[in-house]
Amino acid sequence: MSKYDGAHFNRFVLERGGKMSKSKSRKIFIGVCMMPALILLFVFMFMPTFEVFRMSLYSWGGFSNTQQFVGFDNFKLLWNDMTFIRSFQNSIFLIVVVAMVTFTFAVFFAAILTKEKVKGGNFFRIIFYIPNILSIVVIAGIFSAVYDPSGGLLNSILDMFNLENLQQMWLGDQKIVIYSLAAALVWQAIGYYMVMYMSSMAAIPPSFYEAASLEGASKMKQFTSITLPLVWNNIRTTLTFFIISTINLSFLLVKAMTGGGPDGSTEVFLSYMYAQAYGNSTFGYGMAIGVIVFLFSFLLAAIVSRITKRDVLEY
Amino acid sequence: MKNSKKMSLDGLMKIFIYVALVTLAVSIIVPVAWVFLASIKQNKEFYGSPWSLPEGVHLANFVEAFQEAQMGEYLLNSVLVTAMALLILLLVALPASYVLSRFEFRGNGFINSIVKAGLFINVSYIAVPIFLMLLDWDTGLKTMLGNDLLLNNRFMLALIYASTALPFTIYLLSSYFKTLPSDFEEAASIDGAGYYRTMFSVMFPMAAPSIVIVILFNFLLFWNEYILALTLMPASNQTLPVGLLNLMAAERSAVNYGPMYAGMVIVMLPTLILYIMVQKRLTQGMTVGGVKG
Repeated sequence: MSKYDGAHFNRFVLERGGKMSKSKSRKIFIGVCMMPALILLFVFMFMPTFEVFRMSLYSWGGFSNTQQFVGFDNFKLLWNDMTFIRSFQNSIFLIVVVAMVTFTFAVFFAAILTKEKVKGGNFFRIIFYIPNILSIVVIAGIFSAVYDPSGGLLNSILDMFNLENLQQMWLGDQKIVIYSLAAALVWQAIGYYMVMYMSSMAAIPPSFYEAASLEGASKMKQFTSITLPLVWNNIRTTLTFFIISTINLSFLLVKAMTGGGPDGSTEVFLSYMYAQAYGNSTFGYGMAIGVIVFLFSFLLAAIVSRITKRDVLEY
Repeated sequence: MKNSKKMSLDGLMKIFIYVALVTLAVSIIVPVAWVFLASIKQNKEFYGSPWSLPEGVHLANFVEAFQEAQMGEYLLNSVLVTAMALLILLLVALPASYVLSRFEFRGNGFINSIVKAGLFINVSYIAVPIFLMLLDWDTGLKTMLGNDLLLNNRFMLALIYASTALPFTIYLLSSYFKTLPSDFEEAASIDGAGYYRTMFSVMFPMAAPSIVIVILFNFLLFWNEYILALTLMPASNQTLPVGLLNLMAAERSAVNYGPMYAGMVIVMLPTLILYIMVQKRLTQGMTVGGVKG
């Protein structure tokens, strides 16, 4: 692929026109093209992000408009806030469980659909990706119907197989509801990660597998010693995605489906932040939660990326 | 003997694979199809088994959703906001990506890292600060104009949608522009085309495949988004997902399920139709912006 040399083109243009005016019009052109993007990014992305950090140091009780600098007081309060501790536990639980289960399923199905000659493979790929294009509000609606205690799909299936003793208040029982949420998040995510893994698995030359099977390596052995090492870099990247997107999607799903209930048992990081900042109008406190979550997700991503580091295999 | 044992093991493996594939497919198709069927059921049908097929096509649910729950108005808002946001996004992101990937100038590297940093900013964190910012500007403007201008404003929501999609879109488009050979620009320059004409009539048409992917992804993003819409449109001009949230809350307490499922169908039908039409491009395009393994 030819690397385009921008300077070459510009020199080329320069030589043709009057030197001063061309270089000036080039500058204007660059400015005209870049400015709108930079302004929008600054005003609606970076300023609000800066505000999250700034406001976390202020005590600001809603619409009274009196901001008082309190240093790290908001953060000190957090450590004694049981609801925050609970949202922390819930979030970590969801990140770990959703990442592990989704990863297992996604790699399994990706391997099947790329390496096995499955009838209707294309059909399955299309179907598996569907949850990813649905609005999280629709997913909340679908799972409310699935988990409904009386007329819900799940309980009525258990009823059909005479497993009434397994029937649950899927969204009403404080001990179970977090698993119900995790299942919905996994359902939503499998297709997306599967397609990602499929694309990198499809890039592995088939000759590798042919050689391995001539050597008598089993399918399982081929998977662990060819497929996994060669898509490892892709997997590492998706681990970061898992962390960021679970934090985000668990909030969106909780907000639409359970509202953090029953009794705070499904409160996650950002749902508690949103409840404090928008619902309760204690902006400073809410933003302090945001800062903690932000730093936590970065730290976790860095640690995960560090401990999964392997030498990249070239092929 | 050994051979036949291997055969049966392979056979078992095959069965296991198909069982797994079909199970996941069913777990996706059944709930989605069920919502479609539920949307044409009468209210009394919800008290029987959830597996009974609808007795008839009860389209009154949709009429009720459109008329009483104002889903028609929400639909219009969603169409307007999504269309405006896509237009703004392309107008802003295309020139920026082109210049960023094919021109060398002072600050190029810095802007590149700004865009990459933007990839890490999550909308959920900044929804409330954006709300406060608009509220603040509104209080300033109110003394002059007398009413809310920036909150509950469809154009502002579209502008903010476009802004939040900029990092990913610029990242994707500029990595595509980088792969194009420079011959075209040189030829255009020899023909006497200036920077602007070269960009609009030579480079943008060549980026069409990437532009299609950008439109597809961001359509899904904007159409399905709800947390910004919920936060920035507290009083009026709500979009479909927010309307659906309201409908879900209202219908559940009133135990009137039909219109709620009709509302869900209204939200997901456009995305499903689009997906079926372009699924190949969408799942392939995903890897364009992603990483190569």
